[in-house]
Amino acid sequence: MIQTAHYWVAVVTEPLELLPLYQFVLSEDCGAVDIFVGTVRNHGGGRAVARLEYHGYPEMGEKVLEHIVRRTRERWNLHRIAVFHRIGLLELTEASVIIVVSSPHRAEAFEACRFIIEEIKKDLPVWKKEHFVDGQSEWKSGS
Amino acid sequence: MIRVRVRFFAMLQEVTGVDAFELELPPGATGVEFWNRVIDRFPALEAYRHQSRLAVNQEYVTGDVSLQDGDEVSIIPPVSGG
Repeated sequence: MIQTAHYWVAVVTEPLELLPLYQFVLSEDCGAVDIFVGTVRNHGGGRAVARLEYHGYPEMGEKVLEHIVRRTRERWNLHRIAVFHRIGLLELTEASVIIVVSSPHRAEAFEACRFIIEEIKKDLPVWKKEHFVDGQSEWKSGS
Repeated sequence: MIRVRVRFFAMLQEVTGVDAFELELPPGATGVEFWNRVIDRFPALEAYRHQSRLAVNQEYVTGDVSLQDGDEVSIIPPVSGG
């Protein structure tokens, strides 16, 4: 985990908790907090999914999250950002990623949050394996 | 010769049966030379070569990187986080 005055990022195996991340970004200077949660869905590519298995390279993942957060802060006027990604076996509706962003005004928070998830999908060294209801499983090729 | 620590993840671990190993290379070997040696040892990885990126010491690099003794070199196949 990497935590500074401005951001908190981690790649973890434990279930994600939203509240600590929300509390980290809250500030009297901010009028907006935007939150994105990625959750496990029961279908993918037209097939019924039972669960997802996420593998990762955590040490590099945290560095990549830090790079993403820094680039995000260069683009928008933000207060704080928290991004946690979970790896391991995740059941339906469990959260794989939580992104929380605070800013004085809402436009920046919305845009920054979206930017971060899109960058995660391009660059974060994490890979998901879909376990289908029919018993087969397959690595997802690209996000 | 220099020694680098190579790490495989996800489907590459499955395809090779390996998650990490040491590789000897000439000093200053490039990413291209690295790939050639890895594919010599694990021919099945040829299929992943053009879609994968390399990371050295946990930072993405381009194929013209010059490797040093003790580097950690990871092959990053197409990611699917989020």
